[in-house]
Amino acid sequence: MPSSARNQSFGALLFARTLRDSRSKFALVVLGIVVLAAALAPLLTPYDPAAQLDIVHLRSLAPSFAHPLGTDVYSRDVLSRVLFGARVSLSIAFAAVALSVSFGIAVGVIAGYAGGAVDVVLMRLVDAALAIPRLLLIIAVVALWGSVSVPVLIVLIAGVSWFAVSRLVRAEVLTIRDREYVVAARALGVSPWRIMLRHVAPNAMGPGLVNATLAIGNVILLEAGLSYLGIGVRPPTASWGSIIQDGAERVSDLWWLTVFPGLAILITVFACNALGDALRDALDPRQLPLTASEDLVHRP
Amino acid sequence: MTEPLLELDDLHTYFYTDTGVARAVDGVSFRVNAGETVGVVGESGCGKSVTALSILRLVRPPGRIEPGSQIRFEGKDLMKLDEHAMQKVRGNRIAMVFQEPMTALNPVFTVGDQIAEVARIHAGMSKRDAWAKAVEMLKLVGIPAPEQRASEYPHQLSGGTRQRVVIAMALVMNPALVIADEPTTALDVTIQAQILELMADLTRRLGTSVLLITHDLGVVAENCARVIVMYAGEVVEEATTATLFDAAHHPYTEGLLGAMPRVGGEAERLATIPGTVPPPTAWPAGCRFHDRCPYAWDRCAREHPPLYQIGGGHVSRCHLAEEPERRAHPHVPIAAELGAA
Amino acid sequence: MRRYLAGRLLQAVGVVLMVTTLTFVLVHLAPGDPVSAALNGPGVTETVRQHWRESYGLDRPLGEQYVRWISNAARGELGFSFSHRRPVRDVLADALPRTMLLAGLSFALSFLVGIVVGVLQAERPGGTRDRWLGRVLLLLYSVPDFWLALVALLAFSYWLPLLPAGGIVDPVMHDYLSTGGRIADRLKHLVLPVVTLTLLSAASIARYQRSALLDVLPSDWMRTALAKGLSFRAAVRQHAVRNALLPTITLAGLWLPSLAAGTVFIEKVFSWPGMGLVTVNAIGARDYPLVTAGVLAISVLVVLGALLADLAVALVDPRVRLS
Repeated sequence: MPSSARNQSFGALLFARTLRDSRSKFALVVLGIVVLAAALAPLLTPYDPAAQLDIVHLRSLAPSFAHPLGTDVYSRDVLSRVLFGARVSLSIAFAAVALSVSFGIAVGVIAGYAGGAVDVVLMRLVDAALAIPRLLLIIAVVALWGSVSVPVLIVLIAGVSWFAVSRLVRAEVLTIRDREYVVAARALGVSPWRIMLRHVAPNAMGPGLVNATLAIGNVILLEAGLSYLGIGVRPPTASWGSIIQDGAERVSDLWWLTVFPGLAILITVFACNALGDALRDALDPRQLPLTASEDLVHRP
Repeated sequence: MTEPLLELDDLHTYFYTDTGVARAVDGVSFRVNAGETVGVVGESGCGKSVTALSILRLVRPPGRIEPGSQIRFEGKDLMKLDEHAMQKVRGNRIAMVFQEPMTALNPVFTVGDQIAEVARIHAGMSKRDAWAKAVEMLKLVGIPAPEQRASEYPHQLSGGTRQRVVIAMALVMNPALVIADEPTTALDVTIQAQILELMADLTRRLGTSVLLITHDLGVVAENCARVIVMYAGEVVEEATTATLFDAAHHPYTEGLLGAMPRVGGEAERLATIPGTVPPPTAWPAGCRFHDRCPYAWDRCAREHPPLYQIGGGHVSRCHLAEEPERRAHPHVPIAAELGAA
Repeated sequence: MRRYLAGRLLQAVGVVLMVTTLTFVLVHLAPGDPVSAALNGPGVTETVRQHWRESYGLDRPLGEQYVRWISNAARGELGFSFSHRRPVRDVLADALPRTMLLAGLSFALSFLVGIVVGVLQAERPGGTRDRWLGRVLLLLYSVPDFWLALVALLAFSYWLPLLPAGGIVDPVMHDYLSTGGRIADRLKHLVLPVVTLTLLSAASIARYQRSALLDVLPSDWMRTALAKGLSFRAAVRQHAVRNALLPTITLAGLWLPSLAAGTVFIEKVFSWPGMGLVTVNAIGARDYPLVTAGVLAISVLVVLGALLADLAVALVDPRVRLS
């Protein structure tokens, strides 16, 4: 069976199976709401997120009917900031993950397929990099250079997030490398780059995709943490983490500045992780449909 | 006639997968008498291993032994036992020997521990007594220096020794029935003979019945009193060993015999049976072997054959029993015509 | 096995060297230096700053600075911290044990809790207990570290004033307390940080352990265990756990990076003056010696942890021990 035909039914099966999982239904609904809210933020927010509504007194108001989530230390409406913050946090996360997963897949495919010295060097690098706490690394870079713009932040985050993906993908590639269609392509003289692109990568991407879903949640957490430390997004841009940072001085008084953005993060990341879990279970080789009954026996 | 030790009655074991229901065992019935060694033969995918697991009710979801199946052992229907009672049977009255000794043994426990565990569970022995019993069992299966061997781990032993350990584990409680699922397939040819001889010797001495599952007719010829041939989830032929080898009835059995390498015969090409086993999610209507059968005619495609009595305990699931004259007109099987061979 | 460990040791040293070199380069490439950060008052001229740079050897070529630093570090001489005005060694000597107390306690607790929960889940995969535990764990896994800490602070220090709001000891009362009182004081200050860290870590570990157990459940030897007459639960607890602990032990060794990162937030929220807080502040102050020494300390710990984990696996897994 040609690899593309097998992929199609595999992909469709995967999709169907993921959707059947109650976790993914929940997750997709929640994520849908969050993304929609972020996208429609200008339409939904009663106030401009940067507008200081009470410049004179700069009073911070508790949640009320006029301000469901309260106002912050600069008397900006928190609800508006949270909604716009969703845009920032989500776009950073999606961009960074897209970048890091693509890079990780590329490295994993190259290392796994090329083997030999290339593989050894790349994987040693990855192993060493995995040993370094990535938070500290980013803190070091960002803090030393002063605050960074959002695109740079995205690249930095991506730069420290691709390691795990590459290892996962490399492991997949090792199992695929000796499959018939790859060997056949090699024997036919197809160039290695073409083989990697058309045959190996599509089949090895599975674990990378699961990782990507979970990574979005992780990056949201990472960015929130960095913003909380004051080295993430620059004011007046609001991300969920920076809103919490704004209220860090007076946590006990202005609890709404901590609680609401945090809840937003929690709900979004929870949904991402739930989806990632459902995807991983769906991809699980133990659960894949089997043809011969002997296989069924030996996979109790 | 004395009651059989084990009697399977209309066993159905189905697996509910995403691509459909796989009817791995589809109406299997046979008996094993006390002290008897019975062979179950068939290709991969015929359901013989699932049958073995079903007897011990070790089939896990998505598999299920269908209601209506009866597994009578020592007079009781195992299907009616609760899980706790079933645990008392496993390893105690019925034991199983699996195919791959390397993976069947837990790599992080010593072999002595693993054998002793059986004695601790079923005989309530203390750790010390159970260990002594384990050493005794290792000696029984012919492992030299059993005291030292008992403290070793599976990966330190050779394949043959490991399989002896597995056999020792099965025989600790002197079970009435041992189910051996391809016990020698993973071993070297020279070791295979040793292991089979060991099993035959021990079971004869202890009076244990054996259900020997294999794809190798040669193994069956040496060790079994009766043979059951399975195909596509069903029993297709049952006979004494002698009868089977002299006068096999079912075309599938003929094919298996033809494919058996024989030492001393003429150097001919081994006959293979063209085609492959149909998928268990879609057994064909009619005879499940008909597309690979050299004698099949239109009736075979339409009508599912029951087990016909051939005589003297010999049964065969083939319409040739009613129309034996068709045997004179072999043809190229449908599967071969389709070039699927 | 000795050769295996020797190889791992070599590898460990290599990683530490690489990390510190990287940090050194990074720190020195960044704009600004400790002198300009410390001496940036209005009256300070560039000449003064240059003078200070020369006396600290900050204007020498990078390579020379590096060699000087490495050779000093090997002798235990880690330099002088600009931001703390004390030898780096002293700063670390104070901060390190504080972090180790926090990290050590939560490490032990989270692995204990995590492993137990993972096993409880895998005993009946897909069952009610498994699913509910899974949801709670996923929640804990998805929560931002610092936010959980802040909420814990809010809940148990402000809204329900049960526990102190930060610090290691009560800044006012501690010295006047009896010995028992002092111990109680320290313990009270430990509760929130340790519990927060533990909850966060335990969630990941439990998920990992559950997954490791589910990986081994289809093994042939599990089937053998069941065929011997063990109940499923007994087979999981006695056979599966032993096998599935091996990857978790490896995880334990690799856990230090996560712990190091996690403590940064906890230390900040609970004002716990440990390594994480010190390093973050040092980075902000461009305190080169402290930053590089801090990163060196953390990477040594990380690598040591990985090494210990490998050693533990080698001891526990008979396949490695007897090869």
